[in-house]
Amino acid sequence: MASRVVMPKLSDTMEEGRILRWIKKEGDPVETGQALAEVETDKATVEMEAYTNGIVRKLVAAEGQFVKVGEQIAVIGTADEDISGLLPAPADPAPVAAAAPRELPAVPADLAAAGRHLKASPLAMRMAAESGVDLKGLRGTGPQGRIIKRDIESALATDAPQAPSGGSAVAPQRSRSLATVTARDAAPESQDIELSPVRRTIAKRLVQSKGPIPHFYLTIDVAMDRVWEAYKALGEQKSSISINDVVIRATALALRQHPDINASFAGDHVTQFARVHIGMAVALDDGLITPVLRDADLKPLEEISAEARTLAERARARQLQPSEYSGATFSISNLGMMGIEEFSAIINPPEAAILAVGAVRQVPVAVDGQVMVGYRMKATLSVDHRVADGASGARFLQTLKRFLEQPLLMA
Amino acid sequence: MATATTPDHISRQLADTPKATLLDMLYKMLLGRRFEEKCAEMYALQKIGGFCHLYIGQEAVAIGALSVLRPDDAILTSYRDHVHAIVKGCDPGRVMAELFGRRDGISKGKGGSMHLFDRKVGMFGGHAIVGGHIPLATGVAFASKYQQKDQVTVCFLGEAAVNIGAFHESLNMAALWKLPCIYIVENNRYGMGTSIERASAIYDVAARACAYDMASETVDGMDVLAVRDCIGRAVDRGRREHAPSLIEARCYRFMGHSMSDPVHGHYRTKEEVEEQKQQDPIKAYFGRLLAAGLIDQAGLEQLDREAREVVERAIQFAEASPEPSADDLYADVYSEPYGPFRRSEH
Amino acid sequence: MPLITYRDALNQALREELRRDPNVFLMGEEVGVYQGAYKVSKGLLQEFGERRIVDTPITEEGFTGVGIGAAMVGLRPVIEMMTWNFSLLAMDQIINGAAKMLYMSGGQFHIPIVVRGPGGAAHQLAAQHSQSIESWYAHVPGLKVVAPSTPYDAKGLLKSAIRDDDPVIFFEGETLYGSKGEVPAEDYTIPIGVADIKREGTDVTLVAWSKMVSVAMKAAETLAAEGISCEIVDPRSLRPFDDEPILASVRKTNRCVIVEEGWPYAGLGAQIAYQIQQTAFSDLDAPVTRVTGADVPMPYARNLEHMAMPSPARVVAAVREVLYLD
Repeated sequence: MASRVVMPKLSDTMEEGRILRWIKKEGDPVETGQALAEVETDKATVEMEAYTNGIVRKLVAAEGQFVKVGEQIAVIGTADEDISGLLPAPADPAPVAAAAPRELPAVPADLAAAGRHLKASPLAMRMAAESGVDLKGLRGTGPQGRIIKRDIESALATDAPQAPSGGSAVAPQRSRSLATVTARDAAPESQDIELSPVRRTIAKRLVQSKGPIPHFYLTIDVAMDRVWEAYKALGEQKSSISINDVVIRATALALRQHPDINASFAGDHVTQFARVHIGMAVALDDGLITPVLRDADLKPLEEISAEARTLAERARARQLQPSEYSGATFSISNLGMMGIEEFSAIINPPEAAILAVGAVRQVPVAVDGQVMVGYRMKATLSVDHRVADGASGARFLQTLKRFLEQPLLMA
Repeated sequence: MATATTPDHISRQLADTPKATLLDMLYKMLLGRRFEEKCAEMYALQKIGGFCHLYIGQEAVAIGALSVLRPDDAILTSYRDHVHAIVKGCDPGRVMAELFGRRDGISKGKGGSMHLFDRKVGMFGGHAIVGGHIPLATGVAFASKYQQKDQVTVCFLGEAAVNIGAFHESLNMAALWKLPCIYIVENNRYGMGTSIERASAIYDVAARACAYDMASETVDGMDVLAVRDCIGRAVDRGRREHAPSLIEARCYRFMGHSMSDPVHGHYRTKEEVEEQKQQDPIKAYFGRLLAAGLIDQAGLEQLDREAREVVERAIQFAEASPEPSADDLYADVYSEPYGPFRRSEH
Repeated sequence: MPLITYRDALNQALREELRRDPNVFLMGEEVGVYQGAYKVSKGLLQEFGERRIVDTPITEEGFTGVGIGAAMVGLRPVIEMMTWNFSLLAMDQIINGAAKMLYMSGGQFHIPIVVRGPGGAAHQLAAQHSQSIESWYAHVPGLKVVAPSTPYDAKGLLKSAIRDDDPVIFFEGETLYGSKGEVPAEDYTIPIGVADIKREGTDVTLVAWSKMVSVAMKAAETLAAEGISCEIVDPRSLRPFDDEPILASVRKTNRCVIVEEGWPYAGLGAQIAYQIQQTAFSDLDAPVTRVTGADVPMPYARNLEHMAMPSPARVVAAVREVLYLD
């Protein structure tokens, strides 16, 4: 009775073996226990033995061939019986299907949908939820402004109506922007865009590569000559508008035109924010905080400048309230004043992007085949690849660049 | 103190032992051999996983030693334990099922090749840490003496294990407290890939007994009657005087250290292995019985057929046994159930 | 009620169990003729003789293995480690032998063994004699681990440990042996796996065991003078661990400080903190905090040793931190 001979498991970790040499050839008789072939395993070269008596009718694997453990390498039977049923089927010509992307656990939706970055102890959050106290309006007395039990208790004790205290302590010049802000207050906060299958796959695959947020980076070199001129002119008039203020305004306007960057990944969908709140990174002695300039796209440059200055002062004095450092839809980090030419920043979740701005430098530039001196500034955009692709990021940067290089477009 | 086994002893064994016992010993050697050969095949077919250490070539030691023990004597051995288990009385089907990792296995599929246990027949394991079981065997012997029983405990170990601290500590206490423990060193000359010459400062294993003032003997581990004779005396010492013994049984394993280890070519030459195979203990014993007129070729073939059938039935039993269930994962961690931990049924 | 030392409580437990069950025996270095390195076994050799009180050579791995082998056939050995530092030599036997035997054998071989001895630091005994390693044993499924802090707990738990059919790792303390407490004259046991509230309070939960209970108590007295009320929960068993009283306490106080003598990294406190945040997350007003031994081998110099150990002052500071004071 003919039988198949398979590649045996010759070590505890062996997964495949290589036939170095057939000791018995087709037509040779063989007995149980006799060596059939020399096999190279992951650990050593061993002789494999036959487990039956008979004639070696067919050698299916060739010398030098790698065979997986358990797969057929020969047929042993009597001299004349029909072995056609024991020969392996011809190899399947169909191409091997690409391995399906590994199923990754979904990012919990509530993480991203939190939106507002509140620091509160779990107990305080529970007490607030149970008693209806609005956490957004509270000033936390715990470390780093954490809202803790006694803050909820004192809020309940004073029994004051918990309207959110003013978004910023700055008295805004809300002349023309007020109406728009009020109108916006009534409009929906954001719009949810369902993930397309392509985007869903990209989201799943890229989480593997870089922590929770798959970053990619785009750098653009901006000709800041016109801004620089304007900045110097304003400086002579004792204005305190800074390059960074201009960058904030340009960014905010660009975001309005590119809502796909003003967004957040929320597990199974992308949330596009309807408003533009820019977080500005402020360096502290022992870290970094990002106060938020709300509706930056609606505020004129003077207003942005004043508000940015006040927020930065309050940040350094550790006087920011939670509502003042949460709720950004996009962040900017500027290390230009420290001489940094170029860098890439890490996205603040749950935002989807951050702009890292370097110093304005006087450098030689090529214009129409001629070398001259120009003012250049590098800006690097970090983007959450689950939310947007290179092309989207690039388009946003092109718009930003256009605003900065032709400042009158921002008027 | 040590009395070496002489040809007189052996002919006396032939003369004094009942024929049924002598033939049973031959049968058990064949059973052990066929079982281990089948294990090699099953491992190559991936029915047995993990580590698999085969006893082929060393049968004379286990069969010879166990032939003089009582059912209530306990044995402990290392991971090369399949034949010890079967000859001590474990059901071959349940042993094979254990190797297959099935629920009807002797350790309910939870132990595997290296942890065969059967309390009812005195098989106290099956241990995987080299030398780790030597103190345990000493403790079982301690308990026998504590309870004023006349059981002996046999501890099988390899010659490489005599260098580990636990060996020294155990033999010292056994001699100091006079415990009925028999330490049988199965000296097959190789601790995995390291020959005894490269591991031990002293080649003569039995000579170490002088460090403990313990009775010792060296015996030809390929001669089942010599082993039976030698161990018989050691058991007698243990039962009557509570004196421990260190026995060195010189033998040879025909296969590699485990299924991951080549038979030859790595640290043993092919010539050495082939030469040792000429001294197959089963062939040698059959020759003795044939010469004494106690069996003929047909008788041998009959015993071999029976052995093969038992092994076949063991395979079938193992194949038919189901895998352990998810409940078995948390069973028998503690004696009383609590939290996720439960007990299995016995 | 009689006021006796922790040492005498253990001695009584041993004596009563040796009388009660002929299968119980004591084995270890100096337990017999020397009357015990810490006098825990004083007088036992005289009453029970050499067969049951066995002096061993210095052979931790060997005699622990002998105990386990004897337990395999139903004896109930009490193996004494002169200190738990020396148990490192016996760890292969305890873990690969005792802890796993029931499981590997498919339920056939119980190991009703007790391994007991003093653990942790005393006074300037330096690096190799000062280790608190209960977490190493609590890590292993198949072992039970117990660490009584008072004479009452010590006696009741040792009796339960001896009667238990599984291996019990029993941590005493050199500096506990002389401490006194009330112990009833009549027979009693304390079940393994049940915690004890050593002090009731409302403002913060302190979790402490063994020698750290008295550290927590002193801190609690200091804090009481400032109007802060501490609840002290002593788990007593480290495996199986009774987390219910701790969770109930945290629900009441909303904050927890764990006091442990062992090293901080991957210590038992980390496990307890995990359990608390896992189950009582919404009851926590502050992160769970630990006061642990310093992450260093124990230094010899007295001042360094003091710095390396938890102290009432450090516990007070931790409590103030979780209460957000100053």
